[in-house]
Amino acid sequence: MTAAEHAAWLMRWGDDALVLGQRLSAWCGHGPILEEDIALTNLALDLIGEARWLLTRAGELEGLGRTEDDLAFFRTDREFRNHVLVEQPNGDFSATLVRHLLYAEFAVRKAESVATGTFDPATAHFARKAATELKYHVAHAREWVIRLGDGTDESHERTAAALARLLPWCEELFIDDALDVAAAEAGLCALPSSLKADWQRALEECLAEAQLEMPVVVPQAGGGKQGVHTEHLSYLLAEMQVLPRTYPGATW
Amino acid sequence: MVTEAELQQVLAEVPDPELPFLSIVELGMVGRIAEDAPGQFAVDLLPTYLGCPASDVILESVKAAVADWGDAVRVGWVGDPVWSTDRIGPGAREKMRAHGIAPPEGSSSDRRFLTGTSTSVACPRCGSRDTRLVSAFGSTACKAHFACASCGEPFDHFKCI
Repeated sequence: MTAAEHAAWLMRWGDDALVLGQRLSAWCGHGPILEEDIALTNLALDLIGEARWLLTRAGELEGLGRTEDDLAFFRTDREFRNHVLVEQPNGDFSATLVRHLLYAEFAVRKAESVATGTFDPATAHFARKAATELKYHVAHAREWVIRLGDGTDESHERTAAALARLLPWCEELFIDDALDVAAAEAGLCALPSSLKADWQRALEECLAEAQLEMPVVVPQAGGGKQGVHTEHLSYLLAEMQVLPRTYPGATW
Repeated sequence: MVTEAELQQVLAEVPDPELPFLSIVELGMVGRIAEDAPGQFAVDLLPTYLGCPASDVILESVKAAVADWGDAVRVGWVGDPVWSTDRIGPGAREKMRAHGIAPPEGSSSDRRFLTGTSTSVACPRCGSRDTRLVSAFGSTACKAHFACASCGEPFDHFKCI
């Protein structure tokens, strides 16, 4: 695997973390209860922390002199490589937690695989740390999906609707493309497709406890890893990037 | 010329910005101190949480503490070994308790707390184990929010990670 491929692979993960972190940040001051306001912003903070390491390292390996901030604030939507799932709008509280469960159950398995990887020790150490934090993400999202699914009629219906809307975007998480194959062959990370069975089992367990049915959906192929996104990403980036683009180099 | 003992002494006085009664050494955030060449040292700092907002302040505090030695001491964040709450010694845990924070219990390889099968944490004020988890996310990324049923007080618990 070349340095450029390694950089591109790290950037995908960094973009997942950055975009989902930005999404969760929007809950700051809007959580249904104080504890959840704090919890969602803490989860956002973890993800922004992941993104900072991943994009910094990607920038170093890429060798074009781009910093974490250059990558976060001065790339256009078509240059972002995150999965389409994480850019989906927050919706209501249940949709945010369903999206988080779907992503975190995938991300924790990916991180665990990278943590045992042999290609690059620094990436493996980072992944070990991320995996530990992501376990808290899974535990938190699981608990809420169960509580909401097995809650009132309204919370059940909303959670089921969010699941039906978001599940089709999960197909993309497990599609192996050329870069994924290169990463697997280099010993950086397992193939995404190999993580699916365990993800599916964990999800089924959670849904059963939440009294939710696994919806029958038509999978959306999604093109996030190639830079083809839903329109939601463009609005998210417009908000996230407006300040540094209007006042380049601004600090406070 | 700076010695390792002098470095240790200076680092032991750098406080953690969020737990100012503890030093970064007591929290296990100082990793290897390597003497690359005679009198030339590299100090490894181990991040607690990837997104810890105190990271920048900690790095600046350490740089300020060793500034007198100029280029002889380099400081940076390093991912190996991976920091965990196992690096927090018994003395630091006692200090946490004395400041109203329940210290991490057991070892970070014990996932019972995480999976919810054992969320019993002793109240730092009255010692009762009749406590409940209010939220796994407290005032900072490293703490969970608990409430004690015996004395009625809320308290922070430094999460096992």
